[in-house]
Amino acid sequence: MGELITSYPTTSPEPQRDDPPIIEAKDLTKVYKMGETEVHALRGVSLRIWKGEMVSVIGQSGSGKSTLLAILGALDVPTSGSYKLDGREVASLNDDQLAEIRNQRIGFVFQKFNLLARSTALANVALPLAYAGLSSREANRRATEMLKLVGLGDRLDHRPNQLSGGQQQRVAIARALVNQPSIILADEPTGNLDSATGKEIMGLFQKLHRERGITLIVVTHDPNIAAQSERIIRLKDGLIEYAEEVQTA
Amino acid sequence: MNFLRNFGIAIDALLANKLRSGLTMLGIIIGVASVVALLSIGNGVQQSINSQITSIGTNLVTVVPGQVRITAGPPSSQGIRAPTQTRPLTDADADAIRARVPNLLGVAPELTVNNVTVAYQRERILITARGVTVDYNRVRNLEVAQGRWFEAAEDERASRVAILGSEAADALFGGLNPIGQTIRVGNAPFTVIGVTQPVGVGFAGNPDTSVFVPLQTAYRTISNARTASGARRVSVIFISALSSEDIARVERDVTEVMRQQHGIREGVEDDFTVLTQQQFLSIAGSITGILTLFLGAIAGISLLVGGIGIMNIMLVSVTERTMEIGLRKAVGAKKRTILTQFLVETITLSLIGGTFGILFGVGIALLVGATGIITTTVTLDSIILAVSFSLAVGLFFGIYPANRAASLQPIEAVRYE
Ligand SMILES: Nc1ncnc2c1ncn2[C@@H]1O[C@H](COP(=O)(O)OP(=O)(O)OP(=O)(O)O)[C@@H](O)[C@H]1O
Ligand SMILES: [Mg+2]
Repeated sequence: MGELITSYPTTSPEPQRDDPPIIEAKDLTKVYKMGETEVHALRGVSLRIWKGEMVSVIGQSGSGKSTLLAILGALDVPTSGSYKLDGREVASLNDDQLAEIRNQRIGFVFQKFNLLARSTALANVALPLAYAGLSSREANRRATEMLKLVGLGDRLDHRPNQLSGGQQQRVAIARALVNQPSIILADEPTGNLDSATGKEIMGLFQKLHRERGITLIVVTHDPNIAAQSERIIRLKDGLIEYAEEVQTA
Repeated sequence: MNFLRNFGIAIDALLANKLRSGLTMLGIIIGVASVVALLSIGNGVQQSINSQITSIGTNLVTVVPGQVRITAGPPSSQGIRAPTQTRPLTDADADAIRARVPNLLGVAPELTVNNVTVAYQRERILITARGVTVDYNRVRNLEVAQGRWFEAAEDERASRVAILGSEAADALFGGLNPIGQTIRVGNAPFTVIGVTQPVGVGFAGNPDTSVFVPLQTAYRTISNARTASGARRVSVIFISALSSEDIARVERDVTEVMRQQHGIREGVEDDFTVLTQQQFLSIAGSITGILTLFLGAIAGISLLVGGIGIMNIMLVSVTERTMEIGLRKAVGAKKRTILTQFLVETITLSLIGGTFGILFGVGIALLVGATGIITTTVTLDSIILAVSFSLAVGLFFGIYPANRAASLQPIEAVRYE
């Protein structure tokens, strides 16, 4: 990745758009306290993302990518700074509003998949639909469809420990997509996939992005994936080192 | 999110972890079953002792010779002390009570003669003969199962009629009908006119292993029982008050009459003792109370063991469940929904486990009862106690960590170690 660093400019280009950004973060910091020591995972990150963008977040291990993504996904709160989603300050939302955002608006793919270990692939994917209030029959139908789409139509009743790492990752992706969110936050979604499957999954993301105008934020170490996005944000030690607009060929 | 969907999620979660659910339920079953069974034994013993005491006779006041003390203190001082100084009771005492204490159901003196040989043909048994008055069966709650009780005239005429206790009748006659047969009590021939209903071991002797004869007949044929002054002695006088509220009054009046009868001066101690059923009930109550307390303590320990079992399983799974909660929240579960899920899980486990626990407990109680050694009574209290305790343990150790986990940021819960 060393060569990538040198080839990127250090300015922070943002798309010139008139509509308000759907994601607007200002001076986000995140401090983890572990007894006496403090870890400054984020040290003042500001960024704006507009509807329909596809943005890659890159950076060395430990640079704060997952930390940032969790805050953007309303799964965590920053130590300081402001984060507005659709113009609303997330810190001021109540439990019901947050649940609705997590359920309807955002699809989140965890770096470590985080599936329910004792539930089947089908039950895992159907879970967001259950909380959306769908009947279990309808939820199962849609979850099955989604699993077929990620190539696991024949693994519906397998539990996570009966699936390969890549298959688990695809279940996690199916779970993030099943409720048709308009924002997808994916933490290294292809990290455990062979390049062919990885391409397929990215192809699926791309398709949703193009056809449905889904906003996509992907944390990745893979320069090829970063190159597919419209903008790259590089983190270093909890700060944005630069952001770059990718020139489409 | 409607309740039914939520219920479904909880059941799915229970089924997804059958081992955890099963072990939790086992803890509840053990706790509930042991409490229900043990307390049923305690209650059964208490009830059977109480019913035996009440079967002595209703509202009974008893006069015995000498100073007898009944205390309900610590075990060493408990029970009936031996008489200190004896001056016998006489039938004149009984007559005086009958004449001078108003409003009594009856006065029944008894002359007790132990180890009397009673024979029918070649069958011989050694039992207690009781010379009694006609009021005796009423005062002492003695039912006649077969034949009849004797009449006042038979007492006056000193008729040779006898009424056998149920066990005595069995021993002498086996299955044969004793009524009208001639037996020997001591050396005298008697005609059997009745057999009493079985009572079981009672106060002041067991009626079942006794033979009852009219008092005057007893004086002539079994023991002439004269005191130094030539009066007719009786062993004990039973007096029945009209109601339990009246017992205190009767006790006072009887004491007064007896002191006059025995010419006891002011300030000098009684040479007789008036006992009431209340005193026996309170002693028995304190003994069975200790027993129930003891069984209750054992049951409490079982509950605790069951509770610790439930707690262990809940705590062991806290990590896993915290991650689960974080995940559920991350995909859109509200805190309320999560807590409802855990509530439904706990209640479902407690209800199923509690039901099995009650069934097992009642089953054990019935088995113990069926041995005939101890009677058992399952009470609603013990069931409610056991089930609510398990529910409380389940709720505390299930809901409390769940609530804590649900209050975390989803990402913190997901990463919980
Ligand atoms: N829960 C936590 N408690 C303490 N420190 C944490 C915690 N989570 C993250 N950190 C620290 O914060 C920093 C940023 O972590 P983060 O997971 O955001 O890195 P990352 O960029 O996603 O790395 P990777 O590419 O390896 O996934 C790291 O130094 C990490 O040790
Ligand atoms: Mg990471």
